[in-house]
Amino acid sequence: MGDYKVINTGAPRIDALSKATGQAKYADDFKMPGMLYAAILQSPLAHARISHIDTSKAKKLPGVKAVVTAKEAGLIKYGVSPARYDETLFAYEKVRYVGDEIAAVAASDLATAHEALSLIKVDYEELPAVFDMFDAMKDGAPQLHDEFPGNLNAEVHQEFGDTEAALESCDLVVNHTFLNKRQDAAFIEPHSCLAVYDTSGQLTLYTSTQVPHYVMRTVAMTLQIPVGNVRVVKPYVGGGFGPKCEATPLEMSCGLLSKITGKPVKMTYSREQVFLHSRARHQFYAEMSLGVMKDGTMVAVKNKAVLDGGAYTSFGIATVYYSGSLIGGPYKLKAMKYDGYRAYTNKPACGAQRGHGGVAHRACFEQLIDMTAEKIGMDPVDMRLKNIMTAGDITVNELDMSSLGMKECIETIRNGSDWNNKKGKLPKGKGIGMACGFFVSGAGYPIYRSDTYHSTVVIKLSEDGGVANVFTGSAEIGQGSDTAMAMIAAETLGITLEQVRVYSGDTDYSVDLGAYSSRQTLMTGHATKEAAEEIKSRIAGFLAEELGIPASSITFGDGIVKFDGAPGNFEKIRSGYIKEHRGWTDPPSGEYLTFREAARMAFLKAGTIVGTGKYKPHRLGGSYKGAAVGTSPAYGCSAQIVEVSVDLETGEITVDNMTDAHDCGLAINKMSVEGQMQGSLSMGLGECLFEEVKFDSRGRILNPSLGEYKIPTALDMPNVRSIIVESNEPNGPYGAKEVGEGAIMPTIPAILNAIYDATGVRINELPVTSERLFMALKKKAEGV
Amino acid sequence: MKKIIQLTINGGPVEAAVSPNQTLVQFLRDDLGLTGTKHGCGLGDCGACTVILDGKAVNSCLVLAVQANGSDVLTIEGLAENGNLHPLQQAFVNKGAIQCGFCTPGMILSAKALLDEKPNPTEPEIRTAISGNLCRCTGYQKIVEAIGEAANVIRGREEL
Repeated sequence: MGDYKVINTGAPRIDALSKATGQAKYADDFKMPGMLYAAILQSPLAHARISHIDTSKAKKLPGVKAVVTAKEAGLIKYGVSPARYDETLFAYEKVRYVGDEIAAVAASDLATAHEALSLIKVDYEELPAVFDMFDAMKDGAPQLHDEFPGNLNAEVHQEFGDTEAALESCDLVVNHTFLNKRQDAAFIEPHSCLAVYDTSGQLTLYTSTQVPHYVMRTVAMTLQIPVGNVRVVKPYVGGGFGPKCEATPLEMSCGLLSKITGKPVKMTYSREQVFLHSRARHQFYAEMSLGVMKDGTMVAVKNKAVLDGGAYTSFGIATVYYSGSLIGGPYKLKAMKYDGYRAYTNKPACGAQRGHGGVAHRACFEQLIDMTAEKIGMDPVDMRLKNIMTAGDITVNELDMSSLGMKECIETIRNGSDWNNKKGKLPKGKGIGMACGFFVSGAGYPIYRSDTYHSTVVIKLSEDGGVANVFTGSAEIGQGSDTAMAMIAAETLGITLEQVRVYSGDTDYSVDLGAYSSRQTLMTGHATKEAAEEIKSRIAGFLAEELGIPASSITFGDGIVKFDGAPGNFEKIRSGYIKEHRGWTDPPSGEYLTFREAARMAFLKAGTIVGTGKYKPHRLGGSYKGAAVGTSPAYGCSAQIVEVSVDLETGEITVDNMTDAHDCGLAINKMSVEGQMQGSLSMGLGECLFEEVKFDSRGRILNPSLGEYKIPTALDMPNVRSIIVESNEPNGPYGAKEVGEGAIMPTIPAILNAIYDATGVRINELPVTSERLFMALKKKAEGV
Repeated sequence: MKKIIQLTINGGPVEAAVSPNQTLVQFLRDDLGLTGTKHGCGLGDCGACTVILDGKAVNSCLVLAVQANGSDVLTIEGLAENGNLHPLQQAFVNKGAIQCGFCTPGMILSAKALLDEKPNPTEPEIRTAISGNLCRCTGYQKIVEAIGEAANVIRGREEL
């Protein structure tokens, strides 16, 4: 590790002050003169043919400025992956889930917009619907999309090595199945967008998104506006976790309505609409077999997945690939076979959520390892350590673990949690469990096929030379990317954190694919570093010229410039600065030349000093079908130990302790890394114990509120012992890599393994409510 | 028919005409531009719209503006005094208790109502006081730490 001045510390976020005082603006906080309010009409039926839509009454309502349906919006298909564009902005011919968008209205106030929706008459012919993923794939099931017979949205078949033969050769093969439940991301800020179509034909969206770049592309395509005329601005975002990774009907409707009316148009989803839009964690069914030798050596894994996709694809193709590819590590395997299926059902579409595609299968696999360890009489920690990959290993499906502190993470939590004295030795009703996981540090390829840079950054120095303004299209959504970029820029330029300002989340600032797949620290970080290096070398060049010294003698740090490590003779530059700027209130002083003076001198020689940086990964992965999914320039990893108490009378579970060790490469901001670790564990705990989006028999969500859909409160979360394990990632800026998603991977299986330790009951269906555990305990007592 | 209400907001008098069905959060955000109070669910589930009404932390989406007539309301915008951050705000900044920030104003005001009543709360009391404020980012740990630290700072000041 280097001797760093700014990075690798625990710095308060650069946006914390504005958030703590209520000054930070989120999309719904914006208002414009003449702004209209919009609302969307959504289907009350899960599956129906639309025979007629009559908007005439709505149009006549005073205050209504525009009503749009598929007739006005057109039928351009969109989605996330160009391979599966299966949505149109508004439903035509038929609706496919309760919540499918049919029309949108813009009016002078929100109450009028809602009244207008009630005046739109839609004639439906109700169709039989299918809500279960297994039923959907049966013969004779109601069909959602003509193009995808059997409701088979995507299927994946991959094999590495000869899995059947490898399993045959094993001393023991253990099987396990696992079923999670559809989740909601439950970010606290509902989606909101303000669209402004101006007289020059440019559309600007101020929207709550993780991916300004992709929103720009999709909106330009569906609304048929040249992409250069669409600008997406992301204000502060109140959490995303995946579902804000794609353009929404809300954004497209606002854009369309603004284009038609020539007025700014705003819409905000209600909490119920957030649930209906969904795009959150799929329901996954996992079926796995693990073959091992008597000494605990893992040999082969057979893995099958069935995903309940809902009515459209969203991120689903990537999801179904991830469920297979992310089992390739972090244990050495000789062979792996994967068969994945994603089914359409008449429910809201599922998409990406923290730990995309990997969480449920990781939960199944890490339970399976514990089950296997028990059968061969091995400690589960020892069994994992025996098979663990280390830096430089390549998985059977060709993922390159260019750095991997997995072993260090396991050893750290084992020692940090007193595992050896607790495992199998706790009183009845108390249990301890562990699990591991890893995740990509940025998807290796963009969602659409392109040679685009994944990140570009522009840094521009202020006129006085004292401030570096970092311009990036990357998306600060709460994870702390603005602060990370500020720290990287400050470190590289040799200035203080206070001397950096970050302007982010705007497609006009730079190209950046956005906040998904835990990519920004690595990818935007690289581009930021490169831009800062360019500036530094330009200033050094001008200084060398001005003072007649070699550039190699000049160093930058803490906002000052040294010459051969000493103050040097810079009087000419200082007196020039002071003389020229008598009105400026903060003349430079001190024993050393300041960065500000040096930058000002560079400006006088060359005009505004700008540096640019760019990043795209080198070619990654194998050449088999689907090889792109799972590739990344780096992988973060995590090991966790959880202790639980189970009330054996009621089945109630209390999580007492959680210990998490995460390898994030070099931690740019330790405070943010800990925050990501603790937040990941909280989301994992919620999914494990409480969370389930429930439907009635007609496909209506039964619990579309944060009262009925339970996420962890302050009373449900224990304090987490978060231990940062640092490695030096060769492909990361300053050796950094991800933390935001890898940290959720082990949480669910660690809790489930602890419940097993406490009760002797193996739970293979989420959420583990008191009722579910009580029934399982009862079954066990009855010997069933 | 609109009703005239008179109330104190962040220490200053406010008089306004409001619709009888307008909630306090709508009044604060839409009419007064006090957008620091966040709207997360409209059902009293998430706590993002928490303000302090006559000394008590309330969900301002569950209070009608007309019900606040004659009351004293404190929002996040009124917490810093003379440009100095309240110790809770400072502790939230220093301790990393803020990520996306959407729950932060409500969280800080729930904590303030607690500390006004109990200057030396235990960790379970802190957790109980903010159990109606949902946070999806932090896992609450750094928030609980920040509230504990702010309590220490406030008590330290009062002992001087």
